[in-house]
Amino acid sequence: MKTGAKILVESLLREGTEIIFGYPGGVVLPIYDELYDSPLRHLLVRHEQAAAHAADGYARASGRVGVCLATSGPGACNLVTGIATSYMDSTPVIAITGQVPTNLLGNDAFQESDITGITLPITKHNYLVKSAGEVSRVVQEAFYIAGTGRPGPVLIDIPKDVSTGLAAEVKLPEKVVLRGYNPTYKGHKRQIEKALELLGHAERPLIYAGGGIISSNASPELIEFATLASIPVTTTLMGIGCIPCHHPLNLGMLGMHGTEYANFAVTECDLMIAIGARFDDRVTGKIDTFAPHAKIIHIDIDPAEIGKNKRVDVPIVGDVKAVLKDLLALMKKQDAHEIWVKKIKHWKQHHPLKCPSTDGLHPQFVVRTLSDLVKDKAVIVSEVGQNQMWTAQHFCFHNPRTWITSGGLGTMGFGFPAAIGAHFARPDVPTFVVAGDGSIQMNIQEMGTVAANNIPVKIVILNNMYLGMVRQWQELFFDHRYSYTEMPPVDFVKIGQAYGIEGMRVDSPEDVLPAFQASLDCDGPFVMDFRIEREENVFPMVPAGAAINEMIGGHPR
Amino acid sequence: MKPHTLSILVENKAGVLSRVTGLFSRRGFNIESLAVGPCEEPGMSRITIVVIGDDAKVEQVMKQLNKLIDVIKVSDLTENERVERELALIKVTAEQGTSRAEIMQIATIFRASIVDVSPKSLVLQVIGETDKIDALEKLLRQYGVKEFVRTGTIGILRGSKIVSAQK
Repeated sequence: MKTGAKILVESLLREGTEIIFGYPGGVVLPIYDELYDSPLRHLLVRHEQAAAHAADGYARASGRVGVCLATSGPGACNLVTGIATSYMDSTPVIAITGQVPTNLLGNDAFQESDITGITLPITKHNYLVKSAGEVSRVVQEAFYIAGTGRPGPVLIDIPKDVSTGLAAEVKLPEKVVLRGYNPTYKGHKRQIEKALELLGHAERPLIYAGGGIISSNASPELIEFATLASIPVTTTLMGIGCIPCHHPLNLGMLGMHGTEYANFAVTECDLMIAIGARFDDRVTGKIDTFAPHAKIIHIDIDPAEIGKNKRVDVPIVGDVKAVLKDLLALMKKQDAHEIWVKKIKHWKQHHPLKCPSTDGLHPQFVVRTLSDLVKDKAVIVSEVGQNQMWTAQHFCFHNPRTWITSGGLGTMGFGFPAAIGAHFARPDVPTFVVAGDGSIQMNIQEMGTVAANNIPVKIVILNNMYLGMVRQWQELFFDHRYSYTEMPPVDFVKIGQAYGIEGMRVDSPEDVLPAFQASLDCDGPFVMDFRIEREENVFPMVPAGAAINEMIGGHPR
Repeated sequence: MKPHTLSILVENKAGVLSRVTGLFSRRGFNIESLAVGPCEEPGMSRITIVVIGDDAKVEQVMKQLNKLIDVIKVSDLTENERVERELALIKVTAEQGTSRAEIMQIATIFRASIVDVSPKSLVLQVIGETDKIDALEKLLRQYGVKEFVRTGTIGILRGSKIVSAQK
């Protein structure tokens, strides 16, 4: 007989967990006692929200399931934003929460919250475990559900008496079988043939590649397909890295802050192949004018995404990697789409992303300098806001899972803790978090975590003393009325010092490269406070609700 | 916008009903009626939900329901020939005299049965489609409907077709 807590830790190890991110508390004491001399590594964060984001960052960078742990009540509630972030971006995370003993459930006991109820709409599935004997089966199922099909977060709520309760060893099945959960991996052959027929007739095809390519590890197949069939590729924010930035067919990001040429291509293409993408409103702008001349092929593992926002001509439900393989196997010789590819090349030449050349420290320059320095040897995590868009636009990503950002939920405070998680997934390369002065302050307490454990996360703060993206909208759409978006100056280097972290303040362009070099020379965490032009905007920009080709801040056409 | 009768086969586990109904409310659907009970398969329950909505929205909600791990099968009975029934209990004011006789006459026409009699009231039990029950309740209103309780619609396909866990 073993306790539920022991079974839990053994189950996590059996599933291949190497690290969990957590924060102790009353009802998880039995679990923490089990962790005390377990080979399972635990990282103590400074706020439960950071544990959830760190598990998420670990999952995104590694492709494996990330695990976080918190106590009941406030601990569990603090995970909520992180769980919702994972849910929106379909990342595999297991959130384990303690719960009050089963005899007190529903009694408004101390630190009780109905966390399974609270997380119902933001988890792929969740469990309230009722006995120690269920723990091993629930953990096995949870990992299976989180990591297969369209990935997502799964929460396991464990009452204290379940952790302390005893149970005999349960024989687990080799393979989990759930009669209500059978993801479709293989695309329908007839649909794949139909897609190839459409492609055969297309003169101006375009691939719109989303985060599904990354989560399905389908990047090699995507590049092969695009190259063989000469189809330009535009990626969503979540899809960045699935095709190298310098690939001649790569058009960069589309949508609200997409490149001009990507948005032109969307508007002019006659065939759009959406792969692992979901026609999000930040991508499409006004939905009726999105890809107005195109027939649409939509490949996605989640049937609920097909036809959700946009009517499609050929839906293919399946794992994008499997479907791309089938497409490649059945594909005949393809047209080179020379006129189309040439037209796009022309757009790329005449409508490049702008990097201001005026005096002062420009964030685009900061990002480009970092990109040129580290090349493909880094994991880059962003916060949310202008810092995120400048990095998405100006950093040259070479590989999948090297760009980590909160896309769907747009969670400020995600980046720094996610970078901590990413470091444990990719200790072989440096991890940088690009933040704004607003977003870094949403989880700045994690400086304690990186300092205490000497986690070499390099913190890049693009400091404009504003909540920059909101300020930009106020400038453009609210007549410069900067309502509550100005942030008083903060000396981030001093904050770092207080935690024992080295740092550097940068005020001029000449000091940018030395700062990055210093950060790489330091074997621990490092803070860089870049005092950038205060009112720099992210351009081009499609105003909310406008057609995708109606960009402001671009080049005259 | 028309009513859709959805037959949903689920695992008989705690919390399943709130997972299912939560999906409807999140997407702005008002559930017209809801009926839950065990079904032919051990360990499963069947939920019958009537919602009013346009076809595309209902299709989306069905796809979302299918994503719930505890949901085994969802089908829209409205697309097929089917039998739909609901049971209602109606407590009507019925003093001694003519109104009592009239109520009993109406009950006969609707094939409703009188399941409780007291000096001042009658309880009618009626089975039928929603329209029939609505019509009866409307007719009885003039006598004073004291309480009106209905089970919610349940439905089954005509012929040998079934909504089952097997594909």
